[in-house]
Amino acid sequence: MAEFRTRVEGERAYLLRYASLQLRDRASAEDAVQETLVAALAGEKGFAGRSNLRTWLTGILKHKIVDAIRRNSREAAFARDPAADLDDLDPLFAADGHWAEPPSAWSNPDASLEQKQFFAALERCLAGLPAKTAQAFMMREHLGLDASEICKELGLTSTHYWVLLYRARVALRECLQANWFGKQ
Amino acid sequence: MRLTCKEASRLVSQGLDRQLGWWDRLRLHLHLAICDACANFRDQMAFLRKAIARLADPSSKP
Repeated sequence: MAEFRTRVEGERAYLLRYASLQLRDRASAEDAVQETLVAALAGEKGFAGRSNLRTWLTGILKHKIVDAIRRNSREAAFARDPAADLDDLDPLFAADGHWAEPPSAWSNPDASLEQKQFFAALERCLAGLPAKTAQAFMMREHLGLDASEICKELGLTSTHYWVLLYRARVALRECLQANWFGKQ
Repeated sequence: MRLTCKEASRLVSQGLDRQLGWWDRLRLHLHLAICDACANFRDQMAFLRKAIARLADPSSKP
């Protein structure tokens, strides 16, 4: 038991980093991690026989994050996110709809998935997104929720949702191009 | 009928979240066949999804 507690505690920093990607305020992220650690210690038997502690803890944390997002979205009563208006001021494209800077191919991107530094760069790119854009994107790609549920939780129209997800993906692509693939 | 790159890139993103209608799928398919920039964009969007999944589950293999 003591050994298990030590191992679980050892994952705290990782879990906090993970939660902070999705819950922008530090207090909510710490709460979610704390709830996760408590649940993990109470449910040690649930871990028995599994090989990867971090994966198991991350699975618990995901549920805690979804709970926190739901709580927060009820409390926040939808302050408008100025970055999320639908105005189309897109410097990515010329007036005729062509790319201003056409995306060039990334060489062997899968090799990057084996590199810790790549994930650090990806986390920095995620942290640079506007809050609501990041939240919608992470709920979709990270937590695996579907569009209709995300719209409901965040109070978005479907048009608004498509715009946020598109912006998130385009911004992450640009950021990885500038800070990772373009530097190789 | 013809898509601009701007429209094509939006459909690529939406295609990650919903099933596109047959007309949009056809137009996108034709556009990607002749546009390297948008084909690169599509590949990079697929890669991004894979990378985020790896971030979520550090033990998963690509």
